[in-house]
Amino acid sequence: MAVLLLGEVTNGELNRDATAKAVSALKSLGDVTVLCAGASAQAAGEAAATIDGVAKVLVAEDALYGHRLAEPAAALLVGLADGFDHIAAPATTDAKNIMPRVAALLDAMVISDVSAVVDADTFERPVYAGNAIQTVKSKDAKKVLTIRTASFDAAGDGAAAPVEATAKADDPALSAWVADEVVESDRPELTSAGRVVSGGRGVGSKDDFALIEKLADKLGAAVGASRAAVDSGYAPNDYQVGQTGKVVAPELYVAIGISGAIQHLAGMKDSKVIVAINKDEEAPIFQIADYGLVGDLFATVPELTEKL
Amino acid sequence: MKVLVPVKRVIDYNVKARVKADGSGVDLANVKMSMNPFDEIAVEEAIRLKEKGVATEVVAVSIGVKQAQETLRTALAMGADRAILVVAADDVHTDIEPLAVAKLLKAVIDEEQPGLVIAGKQAIDNDMNATGQMLAALLGWGQATFASKIEIEGETAKVTREVDGGLQTIEVKLPAIVTADLRLNEPRYASLPNIMKAKKKPLDEKTAADLGVDVSPRLEIVSVKEPEGRKAGIKVETVDELVSKLKEAGVV
Repeated sequence: MAVLLLGEVTNGELNRDATAKAVSALKSLGDVTVLCAGASAQAAGEAAATIDGVAKVLVAEDALYGHRLAEPAAALLVGLADGFDHIAAPATTDAKNIMPRVAALLDAMVISDVSAVVDADTFERPVYAGNAIQTVKSKDAKKVLTIRTASFDAAGDGAAAPVEATAKADDPALSAWVADEVVESDRPELTSAGRVVSGGRGVGSKDDFALIEKLADKLGAAVGASRAAVDSGYAPNDYQVGQTGKVVAPELYVAIGISGAIQHLAGMKDSKVIVAINKDEEAPIFQIADYGLVGDLFATVPELTEKL
Repeated sequence: MKVLVPVKRVIDYNVKARVKADGSGVDLANVKMSMNPFDEIAVEEAIRLKEKGVATEVVAVSIGVKQAQETLRTALAMGADRAILVVAADDVHTDIEPLAVAKLLKAVIDEEQPGLVIAGKQAIDNDMNATGQMLAALLGWGQATFASKIEIEGETAKVTREVDGGLQTIEVKLPAIVTADLRLNEPRYASLPNIMKAKKKPLDEKTAADLGVDVSPRLEIVSVKEPEGRKAGIKVETVDELVSKLKEAGVV
């Protein structure tokens, strides 16, 4: 059994956390070969080679892969698929874009957001916004998967595996990159942060969202938001934690002015310690919080920021 | 340009999904069903393109059980011109897999020849986030997933996408598949007169067999269970108490 894992490479840099979590999910299935593709990907490939459990790294360096467009990336993976039983990627937005395309080209049904690997054919995954866990057994010859990184610990460092260059695939020439609008931030990345502070509809406005950011900065935490806060325009969509946003599992999750809709809980309930601050003592968030504080967030959050 | 919008009938997003006692799935009998929220956004976007004079016709398509007629009537009441239902299951608990849905949609698209397909990015029942991408692969078309903005410029669509860390704008050659993310638009409510009018709009019915597509699943559902619960902790009275508890827990 052999696994081909698409490493998460952005602008030449490996997202080691997401990639290493996927390696730890998959290494029981066989030798893991990591593919790093990008306009520059050699350094990312060398970084991936030191993840414990990686047997080999393939590097595809070409301008074609510089902007993570789905069609060329899928063509590359399909071209390399021979000899692999599992083709996988961490469930980032890039992989969610690419992997179903790969699966359809291989006439296989993609298995999205795998939260546990039972055996080579059988996987668990959340459905209905995390309200149910489905166990599925695939009948496909090649399994195409995305891995829900929050469900796995990152693999550690190991001896460097061999790194080889691989040729680029033909360009399907169906799409072209125009621009990236990356939010520059000194804060940690949401899905891999050890601490997350999130605000909900209770925060009340875009301006007051600064309260959430101040507490996050005091804690060295990433900033998150509920879907309600995003829909109300208080926070950008890439802050969204929940089934329709990002799934996080930090050491500490602070939910402020968040009622605790099912869709939000699906994105954060695996956090180690959950703190909830809400003025409504009946809010469902208190049913899953380790420490609940009933009170006005406009008074308690600045006080908490000061006292930490 | 004709725009085709696939829509799915799913459990209403305000209803809590309950796992059946036999572990075979989520109970959908006598549960309120609605159009998948991301598909509503897709329908809205297609109608706006028609209102701007970019699209000439909006065709809604649903793959599923006979009852998906209601979902298509909703799309027609919002402003779609006509609808196509492909009946592929009898039991409301049967979820047709995205790969089979994509194959059925491809067969419909081969007949209809739309210039653009706008789909929801994900259905809120199986949460697969796959049908649009799979359909693009089967058609050999370009794809622009998780769209928050769509502009049609001649032979291309310029699409802004919601990605990890921010936004990405790409251009895809038409015909193409675009999948809708949350912030693309806010779907309208159908007015009563439009709901009445929708009853007279054409709704064609076909079966999966008519289209020659095998819809047998590739993934056997072994079991469906409730997630492990998390117990409520304690309530603290003051910020000071919270700070000391967090210090005790070693997380600050």
